[in-house]
Amino acid sequence: MCPRPRSEPGVVVVGAGQAGVQVADALRAGGHDGPITLLGAEPELPYQRPPLSKEHLAPGAPPAPAPLRAERFYPEQRIDLRTGVRAVGIDRAGRTVALDDGTAVPYDVLVLATGAANRPLEVPGADLAGVHALRTRADADALRAELVRARSLLVVGAGFIGLEVAAAARAHGLDVTVLEAADRPLVRSVSERMAEHVADVHRRAGTALRCGESVVAFTGDAGRVTGAVSSTGAEYRADLVVVGVGVVPRTELAAAAGLPVADGIVVDDDLRTPDPAIYAVGDCANHACAHTGGRVRLESVQNATDQGRHVAASILGGRRPYTAVPWFWSHQGALKLQIAGLRLPTDTAVACGDPATGRFSVCCFRDAHLVAVESVNRPADHVAARRLLADGRTPDPDQVAEPGFSLKDFAREPVVAG
Amino acid sequence: MPKVIFHREDGSSDVVAVEAGSNVMRAAVQNGVAGIVGECGGQAMCATCHVYVREPYLDALPEIGEDEEEMLECTAAERDPRRSRLGCQLALGDAASGGLEEVEVDVPETQI
Repeated sequence: MCPRPRSEPGVVVVGAGQAGVQVADALRAGGHDGPITLLGAEPELPYQRPPLSKEHLAPGAPPAPAPLRAERFYPEQRIDLRTGVRAVGIDRAGRTVALDDGTAVPYDVLVLATGAANRPLEVPGADLAGVHALRTRADADALRAELVRARSLLVVGAGFIGLEVAAAARAHGLDVTVLEAADRPLVRSVSERMAEHVADVHRRAGTALRCGESVVAFTGDAGRVTGAVSSTGAEYRADLVVVGVGVVPRTELAAAAGLPVADGIVVDDDLRTPDPAIYAVGDCANHACAHTGGRVRLESVQNATDQGRHVAASILGGRRPYTAVPWFWSHQGALKLQIAGLRLPTDTAVACGDPATGRFSVCCFRDAHLVAVESVNRPADHVAARRLLADGRTPDPDQVAEPGFSLKDFAREPVVAG
Repeated sequence: MPKVIFHREDGSSDVVAVEAGSNVMRAAVQNGVAGIVGECGGQAMCATCHVYVREPYLDALPEIGEDEEEMLECTAAERDPRRSRLGCQLALGDAASGGLEEVEVDVPETQI
């Protein structure tokens, strides 16, 4: 094969969500001078997704989510943004990406930022009008149009999306029922102690939260949903349904190209696939995790942007493992949940502060070492936790449980050498 | 329409007019003002829309909320005890809706 002398390599990024846009931006900002092509399947300018399930659904919200970058950013930065076009195949030997418009784009380096798709709920009636999922701006617009005139909402799945939508619907005055198959909300995301608090807050806000109950069928009339039947045989009436039962990473392109896939596109600690010319970032990437010692696939803004910056640095010649501390947030009505670090189900949870006040944190320890902090309405704890986790510092579990303990003060203490 | 003037260290500036109900971060991102990132979409979670508000406008600013206070401790460029704010927390509006009708800010050297 003939190397390309003296010209900077061309980078193609598949996916124009938060991770893909970040790769393109950080490459240019880092001094990459070669061509950058950014491919987006959705028709519009890349936009902020987190507000879609939060402010965008609130009464009186701005009509459009903010763009990730202004329209003029792309030409100014010589980023060839192509929207409304889908990558359909990768020719690894020829180093080209085939698009659904029949054209192909050559690459020297390929970054897969394909994101995730909503997991479908495969039950009878899931295709009835009024059964919504939420991922894109188009999804959010369709949901919002119905929220303002519906009277009752059934949410399937008490994950972040389901609970955020439930809180928004209560603000619109709807009767809201949430069904969750597991025994508690946010089962994959937070400790039992925090899940209990979250459940309390939603119930006090008037939401009927029913755990251990899944949907076996939706009922309808003239093609329009009217409710659902649950696994206990109970029937629920609702004129609007939102399904939020998790996501599946978009790995079809990688798998068809012969790259390993296992709950995401498998990448090493530099976020590279076994093909040295191909990386994967964001929701679609399954990476080795310095914080748990295992492999993880994370769905968050922090993961998308930090991994995007990491891959750009790697393409520019940096070589270091990806170790950023993960963080997450969720706004559900008055509940502001912030999470730093990654908890495993076997970790020990210690409450810090009084849950009855609605402001407390749960500190999660593994072998007496702080690994994650879940906070509600205690941003000082969250910020302190990010610092402590990045520095590898830990308070004692006993210390955290003492009344008056402040994670912020602890984080401020000078590190004692030796 | 509310107006924001973004000043940079090299002496250049951008004047941006936006609809009431927007905020300083959104105004910058929508109009491609360099140096304002807004990574978290305006949720006071990331401190990448840090600005230094110019003196004449300080009295008109809303109180610093608890989230914003903590994130201001995490800014990449040094916090100014009086002038540092997160752009996403500075609502723009008019006499009827509340919010700032006009504000001038300096864009820090770095956000990340």
